[in-house]
Amino acid sequence: MLPNLSSLKTDALSQLEQIQSPDDLPVWYRAWLGRKGHLTEALRGLGGLSAEDRPKAGQQVNQLKEELEQAFQARQEAVKNLALAASLAGGALDITLPGRPLQGGHLHITTRTLRKIRQIFGEMGFQVYEAPEVETDETNFGLLNIPPYHPARDMWDTFWVDDGVVLRTHTSPGQIRCMREYHPQPIRVILPGKCYRYEAITPRSEHQFFQVEGLAIGRNITMTDLIGTMREFTLKMYGESRRLRLRGSYFPFTEPSIEIDMDCMICQGKGCRVCKHTGWLEVGGAGMVHPVVLENGGYDPGEWTGFAFGMGVERPAMLHHGIEDIRYFYSNDLRFLHQF
Amino acid sequence: MALRIPLSWMKDFVDVDLSASELAERLTVAGMEVEKIHTIGGDWAPDLIKVGKVLSVSAHPDADRLCLVSVDHGASAPLTVVTGAPNLVSLIGKPLPTLKVALALVGAEVIDGHATDGRKIKLKPAKLRGVPSEGMVCSEYELGLSQEHEGILFLPDDAPVGAPLAQVLGDTVLEFDIKGGFAHLQSVFGIARETGAITRKALNKNKIMLSAPPAGQADPGFVKLEITDPALCRRYMAMRLEGVKVGPSPFWMQQRLTRAGMRPINVVVDITNYVMLELGQPLHAFDLDKLKGSKKGEPPLIRVRRATPGETITTLDGVERKLEDHMLLITDGGGPVAVAGVMGGQESEVDASTTRVLLESANFEFLNNRRTSQALKLRTEASDRFGRNLEPELCQTAIHRAAGLLVEWAGATLHPVVGDVYPAPQTRPAISLSGAFIRRVLGVEVPQKEAQALLTSLEFSCQPTDPDTLAVTPPPHRQDVNRPADLVEEIARLTGYDRLPPTLIRDALPPQRRSKMLDGTEGVRDILTGCGLDEIITYSIVSLEDERRLYPEDQGFDPQVYLSVRNPLSAERAHLRRRLLTEGLNTLRTNLRFTKRLALFEVGAVFLKVQGETLPKEHKRLSVLLTGPRNPAHWHGGGTQEPFEFFDAKGVAEALLNALEIPQPQWERGDDPAYHPGRSARVMVNGQVLGQLGELHPRVVESFGLPMQPVAALEFDLEALVESWREDKKMDGLSIHPPVLEDLAFVVDEALPAHQVAKLIAQTGGSLLKEVVLFDHYKHEKLGVGKKSLAYALTYQAPDRTLTDQEVAKVRGKIIQRLEKDLGAVLRG
Ligand SMILES: [Zn+2]
Repeated sequence: MLPNLSSLKTDALSQLEQIQSPDDLPVWYRAWLGRKGHLTEALRGLGGLSAEDRPKAGQQVNQLKEELEQAFQARQEAVKNLALAASLAGGALDITLPGRPLQGGHLHITTRTLRKIRQIFGEMGFQVYEAPEVETDETNFGLLNIPPYHPARDMWDTFWVDDGVVLRTHTSPGQIRCMREYHPQPIRVILPGKCYRYEAITPRSEHQFFQVEGLAIGRNITMTDLIGTMREFTLKMYGESRRLRLRGSYFPFTEPSIEIDMDCMICQGKGCRVCKHTGWLEVGGAGMVHPVVLENGGYDPGEWTGFAFGMGVERPAMLHHGIEDIRYFYSNDLRFLHQF
Repeated sequence: MALRIPLSWMKDFVDVDLSASELAERLTVAGMEVEKIHTIGGDWAPDLIKVGKVLSVSAHPDADRLCLVSVDHGASAPLTVVTGAPNLVSLIGKPLPTLKVALALVGAEVIDGHATDGRKIKLKPAKLRGVPSEGMVCSEYELGLSQEHEGILFLPDDAPVGAPLAQVLGDTVLEFDIKGGFAHLQSVFGIARETGAITRKALNKNKIMLSAPPAGQADPGFVKLEITDPALCRRYMAMRLEGVKVGPSPFWMQQRLTRAGMRPINVVVDITNYVMLELGQPLHAFDLDKLKGSKKGEPPLIRVRRATPGETITTLDGVERKLEDHMLLITDGGGPVAVAGVMGGQESEVDASTTRVLLESANFEFLNNRRTSQALKLRTEASDRFGRNLEPELCQTAIHRAAGLLVEWAGATLHPVVGDVYPAPQTRPAISLSGAFIRRVLGVEVPQKEAQALLTSLEFSCQPTDPDTLAVTPPPHRQDVNRPADLVEEIARLTGYDRLPPTLIRDALPPQRRSKMLDGTEGVRDILTGCGLDEIITYSIVSLEDERRLYPEDQGFDPQVYLSVRNPLSAERAHLRRRLLTEGLNTLRTNLRFTKRLALFEVGAVFLKVQGETLPKEHKRLSVLLTGPRNPAHWHGGGTQEPFEFFDAKGVAEALLNALEIPQPQWERGDDPAYHPGRSARVMVNGQVLGQLGELHPRVVESFGLPMQPVAALEFDLEALVESWREDKKMDGLSIHPPVLEDLAFVVDEALPAHQVAKLIAQTGGSLLKEVVLFDHYKHEKLGVGKKSLAYALTYQAPDRTLTDQEVAKVRGKIIQRLEKDLGAVLRG
């Protein structure tokens, strides 16, 4: 006896249609398509048919099996989508809760500023030369064309360590050390480092600070090269729209000497408290290396020329970040350092 | 001392047709930085602050200390003003001289004379003791002219009544901050000369020239002059003035002195100061009758000589000063009368009874002058100028100018001969300046004609020697110009640096040198910030007492090895650090007021004295400080109050060593007194000490005022660390065959260092054992007394095949056997 295939089909599909949970799918499968399922039983029933009916009926059962397999696949997909939809609907987090903290540390703001300065000059071929912080009077002053008792000495208030030994008041003594080491090759270096001045600690002055000195020595180095180099630096450091002002100045170790100003980025040159109402901010001092200094470094001023420049490190950082008190830099309040 | 130049004074010598701010900008870019422009009278309303004439001064009906002043100010009727100014009250009932005053009307803004902070008030109608006052007669303080507030200001007799006060007293003062010790930029005339050159205006010297200058002679008769050290005194001039009336100086002179920043004293002193401000040459006035000759009856002797050791002088400020033998003195027959170029002595001082003056105009060598002034700790207006290398020619200009003023304003009669000892008049060689040199320095061409015109405008004399070369002789006042480069600066600053086009260096790139130390240091910074540490930079000048705290009970502390600062800002901070920890711990303390958890590092130099060397060794160090909870609480849980401790410092060290690929560090128990003896270690690489780490000694923690909680620290030799940095590591092959993982736990003696167990496992495991990781460390009584359990995760892997169970079992067996035999380790079941 062959069961009624069409009612079999209706029952199977309607049961399948009701399945909502993935767990019920294998149950249905076993019941209808499994080894002991209704369809297998139907196939077995074919044995009772006549030889001429058997092929046709077999074809019908196989066709039904095919249809149920397809319906099962479709239902399986649908049930999976239902489950996914349910999990997406229920899985919403409070996205305003803070993320798991990754404990990253902060570089000191001076280090960050120094890296930026180093990178800009590095792109122009300036490499770093490091020199000591405790210096002889001779290297800090004498060889830089500042003899004992010379009025130019008033430009630096000095910490004395011993007879003839000082805490360097500027990075310039590194010029002498660098020249003596690299002579007779041409030079293009910057000299960053800690300097010291006998100055009261106030919002505007510290007894310890960083400077970056620059030195280029070659056979064809000119004042216009100095101006071009300082211009390049200023625009990269402070923004492409900065305007420069160059003014005559005096440093014992350069001749001619200049100072480089840029228009105040806070008031755009109109005048404000930060630029002392002048509209200008100082970038640094510079000049052509004094012939006496070239000679002291071992370079014949008849054959070589060079330029040198010097700038502060805290000051640009203060301008850039609106820091009004230099004492924050070395008092190491983490609430300050964490801001950069 | 700031240089203040009143424009009205400068206009005696040069026409100025620029506004003050334009002039200031031009001077600034030419190397004379104008810091401030003070406008005197700029805020005096022309219709409210005026010149008035006092018509009468009468008593106040109800107050002795007040008077009623009737003032004509050019209006139809005079005003009545009530004032308590002593110099008016004292005139009640006396015949009145011509009195011109500054009258402020109701509505005018003046400085509040009752306050000391310079605040302004607006005048309102007032009644003083019942009498209405219709305005105010002003003191110099109330007008912002000076600090003088006692009496009211009397104007010159010829001040036009009713004119705005600003028209009579208004002025502009430029305040300069000029870098460099230049004598020629320290005077009104000097700035006028520069202004003339910059604005292409001729300089007018008439004011400072005498129509009939006295002749100079080495022996003028009225004084004997001697210079014993011509290297220190290049010229000495002396002039005799008789019949001097020592009273106040004229109004205009007092005004100019005040504006330039000096207080008027009396006509003689004021004239010497006036000439000093105008021309830059300090002068000194002696009371001629107080100077002694070498013998009685002889004319006074002026001998310029060095001090003898032990000699003393009482200077004008009343201080007795001990002199050193390098110091130059002016002496008379009786001994020192002045420290040359610094300060006069009391004995020969001009006073109210003086009638005969010996006026000195001399030149003293500037370096010795500064040395003297520094040794005596005595800086004066005179030493400030002598210390800038004045030129000897100026002596004469200045003494003539002073003589002219003394005759005109102090009633003096001038002796027709002036003493002048000038052993070696300076001759200056011409400097050869070629166009090629200018181009070489500046990078641009400057036509010879232009160079010549610019230099000539600054009084350099120029002779073309060929079409490219000038022979340039600097004027005497330019002692600072001695080389072609100095001349190029003059040309460049007058041309304006803004006119030079920017170029980039055309020379080939010099040899590039890599700094491993810099790369390594920056690398260390990045690794440590990556590990969550914050960088600090602290002071190098520290307190010796703070450094001592790192040595409990002074164990190993030696103050002699420290470099000290001779002139520290404070006595407490006077030594150069030998440890970075000192300031690091102070940083912990200040920050613990605001936060609980701190993880800090610092990279920097310490300073180590080296026997027989002038300079110390500057040793680069790295320090780390960790304190507070390791994992702060967070909403997702997992936070603990567990503090940073030894293994956190060791973890930082291992992270560093790994990142820098430094192989096989050796760990030894530490013995630095700053650390906890049981919780500190020393790390070595290739037999070299790299540094130490651990928990700080509780006494160190306490002595730095920190809360009693563990503080983990690390101190590394940064140079050795970077030196050990290997950058040549070879790759290990990656196996495609699956690893076999298993865990082995051993019970060993508690005292056995864990490192030995791991080392022996690795050795015995041979090439098939890829990794040994300790994952559990455990002590319990059931393990037996004095025992601990160490559990290791082992990874076996072969490069060329999948390992069989038999192969792994063989290796495992060897390991268990070896550990049992060598270390008495028992495998836990
Ligand atoms: Zn501004």
